[in-house]
Amino acid sequence: MNIIEKRKTWFTISIIIILAGLLAMPINAFMGNGILNFDVEFIGGTVMEVNIGQDFDIANDIRPVVVEITGDENPQITRSGAQGVSIKTKSIDPETRAKLYNALKDKYNLDGMNDLLNVDDVSPTISTEMQLKALQALLVSSILMLIYITLRFKDWRFGLAAVLPLIHDVFIVLAVYSIARVPVNNSFIAAILTIVGYSINDTIVVFDRIRENKKVAKKGDLEGLIDKSVSQTIVRSINTSITTLVTITMLYFLGVPSIKEFALPLIVGIISGTYSSIFIASPLWYEFHKKSIAKTA
Amino acid sequence: MKVKSGLILLLIVVLIGLTGGVAYFGIGENNFLGAQNIRQGLDLKGGVNIVYEADKENPTAEEMSAAIEMIQGRLDRGNYTEAEVAREGNRRIRVDIPGVEDPNKAIEDIGATAQLQFLSPEGEVILTGNEVKDARREMINDNGITKAVVALEFNSKGKDAFAKATEKYVGQIIMIALDETIISAPKVNAVITEGNAIIEGVGTIEEADELAARIKAGALPFKLTPLQSNSVGAKLGASALETSLKAGFIGIILVLLFMLVVYRVPGLAADLALLFYCGVVVIILSYLQSTLTLPGIAGIILSVGMAVDANVIIFARIQEELNAGKTLRAAVDAGFDKAFSAILDGNVTTLIAAGVLYWIGTGLIKSFAQTLGIGILVSMFTALVVTRIIVKQFVNLGLKNPKLYGAK
Repeated sequence: MNIIEKRKTWFTISIIIILAGLLAMPINAFMGNGILNFDVEFIGGTVMEVNIGQDFDIANDIRPVVVEITGDENPQITRSGAQGVSIKTKSIDPETRAKLYNALKDKYNLDGMNDLLNVDDVSPTISTEMQLKALQALLVSSILMLIYITLRFKDWRFGLAAVLPLIHDVFIVLAVYSIARVPVNNSFIAAILTIVGYSINDTIVVFDRIRENKKVAKKGDLEGLIDKSVSQTIVRSINTSITTLVTITMLYFLGVPSIKEFALPLIVGIISGTYSSIFIASPLWYEFHKKSIAKTA
Repeated sequence: MKVKSGLILLLIVVLIGLTGGVAYFGIGENNFLGAQNIRQGLDLKGGVNIVYEADKENPTAEEMSAAIEMIQGRLDRGNYTEAEVAREGNRRIRVDIPGVEDPNKAIEDIGATAQLQFLSPEGEVILTGNEVKDARREMINDNGITKAVVALEFNSKGKDAFAKATEKYVGQIIMIALDETIISAPKVNAVITEGNAIIEGVGTIEEADELAARIKAGALPFKLTPLQSNSVGAKLGASALETSLKAGFIGIILVLLFMLVVYRVPGLAADLALLFYCGVVVIILSYLQSTLTLPGIAGIILSVGMAVDANVIIFARIQEELNAGKTLRAAVDAGFDKAFSAILDGNVTTLIAAGVLYWIGTGLIKSFAQTLGIGILVSMFTALVVTRIIVKQFVNLGLKNPKLYGAK
């Protein structure tokens, strides 16, 4: 395996994907859709999911009703499922929510018990808290992992080379959220941290091999050491990715919409995590090692 | 040797069967430790979840429990008997009401501000707390005994209404109700025109203080603002549960097949360990009485895929040792030993992520973190202990061809 020799190629592939994701954000914003598809949990607001149970026309039938009752001039109304509708507005009080539902109920002859699928309301206060918590969670876990790996491997370069690919994975997943317009909500935090946990697990198996092979390796042959270690662990990396992807893909195909939204970034994150632990983490460790050798020489 | 190994293997299979049986059926009438006994979150059985926040910086514990009691009271009166009200953090209250048919109505029922009402002897509302300008505790002397009362002062509208009522019902009883509970029923002795009233029989000085404060602020010493509410229809919840279970089931079968095809004999050992793993996770979740939510199920299903990882690391090692010319027994031992550090370090870092999620997250996220964490811990145990025992018995039983263990 020529992991080290071609490291510039691997870095470039990642950078292109990340840039595409970053580029999609301002484009999204420019097209009036917002940088990311923030769900109410992240920016506050109300979402009501209703099973209309028959054909409907958003622009002519539903939108005017929503605008009139909620006073929100720009509600986001989308189809969900076969005959369902998802109505996203600014945060509205329970009375207005009931009024809105009753209006639809009268119009489409709905059944309160079965057709009102989901109502979420989040005040802007708590949504700011959510955003802070997401960042906090990412930061805290990255620092803790960095400390743990540095202690266990007795080498800060392993720690840093394991944690930087995590940031890579976070950006790749952000790119998916941005391009596929996956709603950014509570699950977003869970998805990101799961990927981070998965990816670092993968990286550690490779690093563990490097740590072990290092004891018997020729001095100075870093490239050979890394390439050998990666090729010894690559089958395991791929096999574990397959078993994990199998279960999560099942969730994606069979799950309800909220699970689908969660499964998609996980699928991409697992692929990205596998890629980064093979093609990004070790080459980064190589770079750090080279730099510090050059310094001491 | 062979007989002993066969017996151990049989014992393990029986144990796995028992674990699976307990996980599936539970023990006894209450399905103790069984899947049926796992508490389902509102997103699975449908219901409403609301988080309120007190609009006061540092409410005291007494104030918060008064608020919780008040909400519980309203829920009881509204026949939401399964509802749970719990304090969350310093100034928040979480209300969970499972299985409601009309979430909007439930939210309105709880959200209605507690009303102070003055009722005529016939039960008609004379005036409400909206017409109260001030409420304070006062001490009065009643036949030589000093006692606490709550003195009310009405606004101009209340003044007129109260004057008219006292004129009409002189000599009769006017009831004072808070949140539809009669708290005082004084007899009208004279027409009151200056817009004052006294509520007697309010208990100790502290209780009178509290009541006065509650009346002044509507009902509570602070206002409760709904920060977040979430309601899931029962039908949606049920279909979410069903499809997730189906996905999990198919996922597990595919993983079992994959392991068997790719790793053969050790793959079979890993499959047995995975079945054991699934049973143990269900039993632990049932035992802990933690609430299982949709993300929690996703966490379990995800961890099934990850659970075999430790096995994969070990088997790859065994394979290498065999290819390097070691005997089967030595290769198996070396495989497990050499794989240990990678498995430990990898899982500890993932546990760190799960721990942070549990610590920082709320509600659904906590549930996900919990199942993920349990999954990691159990999978480490099954891979390092259970798989090892099973693989060794296979070796002892005479499955000794290195090719069966992946050697070239």
